[in-house]
Amino acid sequence: MSKPNERIRRTHEKVMAGLARRRAAESRFRLYGLASIAGGLCFLFIMFGSIIHHAGAAFQQTFMALDVQFDQQLLAPDGKWDDEVLQAADYGALLKQSLAALFPDETLDRQQKRALSALLSSGAGYELRNILVADRELLGTTQRVWLPASDDVDLYAKGQIDRTIQESERRLNDQQLGWLDKIQAQGRLQKRFNRTFFTAGDSREPELAGIRGAMTGSMLTLLVTLLLSLPIGIATAVYLEEFAPRNRWTDIIEVNINNLAAVPSIVFGLLGLAVFINFFGLTRSSPLVGGIVLTLMTLPVIIIAGRSALKSVPPSIREAALGIGASQMQTVFHHVLPLAMPGMMTGAIIGMARALGESAPLLMVGMVAFIVDIPGGITEPATVLPVQIYLWADSPERGFVERTSAAILVLLAFLIVMNGTAVYLRKRFERRW
Amino acid sequence: MQKSTLVFLLLLLSALAFQVGRQKSLKAATGQVKNLHSLPVYYGYYTALWCGLPALLLLLLWLLFETPLITQMVIADLPPELASLPGDRLSLLINDIRNVVSGHIAASEPAIQLAADRYRELKGLSDLILSLLAVSLAVAGAAWARQRVVCGFRARNRVESTVMGFLIGSSLVAILTTIGIVLSVLFESIRFFQLVPIGDFLFGLDWSPQVAIRADQVGSSGAFGAIPLFTGTLLIALIAMSVAVPIGLMSAIYLAEYASRKFRAVAKPLLEILAGIPTVVYGFFAALTVAPFIRDVGADFGLSVSSESALAAGLVMGIMIIPFVSSLSDDFINAVPQSLRDGAYALGATQSETIRKVVIPAALPGIVGGILLGVSRAIGETMIVVMAAGLSANLTFNPLSAVTTVTTQIVTLLVGDQEFDSPKTLAAFALGLILFLVTLALNVLALHIVRKYREQYE
Repeated sequence: MSKPNERIRRTHEKVMAGLARRRAAESRFRLYGLASIAGGLCFLFIMFGSIIHHAGAAFQQTFMALDVQFDQQLLAPDGKWDDEVLQAADYGALLKQSLAALFPDETLDRQQKRALSALLSSGAGYELRNILVADRELLGTTQRVWLPASDDVDLYAKGQIDRTIQESERRLNDQQLGWLDKIQAQGRLQKRFNRTFFTAGDSREPELAGIRGAMTGSMLTLLVTLLLSLPIGIATAVYLEEFAPRNRWTDIIEVNINNLAAVPSIVFGLLGLAVFINFFGLTRSSPLVGGIVLTLMTLPVIIIAGRSALKSVPPSIREAALGIGASQMQTVFHHVLPLAMPGMMTGAIIGMARALGESAPLLMVGMVAFIVDIPGGITEPATVLPVQIYLWADSPERGFVERTSAAILVLLAFLIVMNGTAVYLRKRFERRW
Repeated sequence: MQKSTLVFLLLLLSALAFQVGRQKSLKAATGQVKNLHSLPVYYGYYTALWCGLPALLLLLLWLLFETPLITQMVIADLPPELASLPGDRLSLLINDIRNVVSGHIAASEPAIQLAADRYRELKGLSDLILSLLAVSLAVAGAAWARQRVVCGFRARNRVESTVMGFLIGSSLVAILTTIGIVLSVLFESIRFFQLVPIGDFLFGLDWSPQVAIRADQVGSSGAFGAIPLFTGTLLIALIAMSVAVPIGLMSAIYLAEYASRKFRAVAKPLLEILAGIPTVVYGFFAALTVAPFIRDVGADFGLSVSSESALAAGLVMGIMIIPFVSSLSDDFINAVPQSLRDGAYALGATQSETIRKVVIPAALPGIVGGILLGVSRAIGETMIVVMAAGLSANLTFNPLSAVTTVTTQIVTLLVGDQEFDSPKTLAAFALGLILFLVTLALNVLALHIVRKYREQYE
């Protein structure tokens, strides 16, 4: 009797001896799990934090006040000032004059004059012209106008110029900084809401660059994608789920769709380049080609979501419709499809959100060009928001860093709205049968 | 007439035809709908389809063939010394003419102005003919369909078979896409392999795709050995997976086995946000924040880290892939039957022992499938590496140096101006072919493993 007892006792001791170690292993394991989730989320927050941190400054832009004397002699030397003269007048000289007037007791050589004019944006002349064209009475008077400052001054006003680094490696030299200090002391520098960012197209100058062109391009591209992928996607889902006979042919289609969902996006770009641009001769860089390529990419998403939405409609609905004499087509289009529509729309919105964030295939079809004009149609050259982000991220000017971040915020805002709508639709219309 | 106006007009006509057909059927039925074979709307649809479809098809064909035909006719009318220019000069000339027509530039010489006028004239003529043809086709179609509307006519069946045709046609798009991908990369790759032997491409150690423009240029003969690209891609994918697999797997385990319902409801969607962020955002973050950070940390330890190190790109890519690994693993861990866990608990195993010894082995095929899908993502990912990895093809496995990847090279080779017969451009398609084949193989393998496993439990 003592022997089995002995054995039990020893086993018990062994288990007890190992218990502390096993409990420690247990909590370690648990900790690893928690730590990896925390790590992933931490990264997410750091990324958002860094982007928001950089983006904040982009929504403000620095303006400089100048007392501009709209000099008749300078603008319209021969005495007449019709539109044509006003359009072509030398506003650069006017700006130079007004800038020099800020520092009356300094005599400047040529190079210094150029350094002084560099404080203003190269778009300031156009601004003056617009002011004058809008109100011709100003000619001959002296007005205080707020003009956009250059990107370096913008950085100065936002406190991002490091004065401790060597003069030769700084964008603004000591003299320019001295001028700026005086200008600021006079209250002639002001940060205002950056309207240009939302109303202008792309530009080589950060202070003149905006996302409107890219946004319009994105909208046009998404419009093409939506118009093509929604009918085709829904039709495919309906066919495969409701009508297709189970045979080898439909198996091939299904395997195909699953594989297309996982093909790298850049390969779709190669397809677009080889087939739509080189073979069919569609316009390069146009939202039309971009939209077609994105359609092929988003189709699998829409089809897979559509099929699962159709699957969730109970067979009793179909049987009831068939029972009172509806044809198969009528059953599907009058009864099944409306019930599956919220699910399909959810899939479509998620697909559209993916298409909105996609950039690699669009690089291939040439939507990466530098385009200043805001596109007016689906066959005009355009770029899209993510590609604009890519282009700006590659630009050397410091001022583009904050604008890139701001563009990312705009893109993310759109994505959040779209995904939020999808979640809302699912919550609102989801039915349990 | 503008083509968009024409489309609008055709749609309007179809709507009209719908009414006409419907009225005709009601008249034929003498007020008693039960006399008809189909509901009146189907007669309407039938007439509308006959009105709209042929005309729209004609429009489509016209769009495909209009530009080449007009171009041919303009070329035929050019003065002989211009018409006999070699191919590429001629296409430049045509481009000039088109630009003159659209008013972007002014004609540089009278011959071009003449050709542009001719082009414009032909285009106007073509638009006119198209409008006339399309509208008369629409009217004729509608009239024919209307005349066929009688009581016993099976309109519903006709309309339904047309819709069926559309459904089948749509489902073929997926197949056509795959065929298109295969053909487009295959053809260009074959042309590339005629210029560069396939062995040199697959096993060459030197990648410098600059090709001499002049024959006597020095040092840019163009070398197309893709091994440095493959190793670079593998290195970055390896770094990415060594981030994504542990984090993804552990968070899936925690979410499935330990987390409370509340915690899960918050943490899981938050983690999945990572999959929804556009890759260009990751690329920007990697290039702006992560790469300099790694470089500075490396400098503190006395290491020289390239500012486009593989480590930065791989790290950020790994974070992006976490949700791909975790969500599939999560599904499969949840699919392991509770009885297996209960069995292990009954034998005295702790929860972590149960997970490690029972749950994970049971869910292994799903986890492996998820990891394989993650690898295929990592290999095909473009924007992160384009923005954060380098361009120089170094044959190295040092994660602190700059390497380049297949996708980066495809982008670099194809962005910008290009001519379609240089090996430089064609090389991009050869790389695309390799990329397509490798990711396809990984996906097929992953789906195969996943499917085989699902069958066991259901």
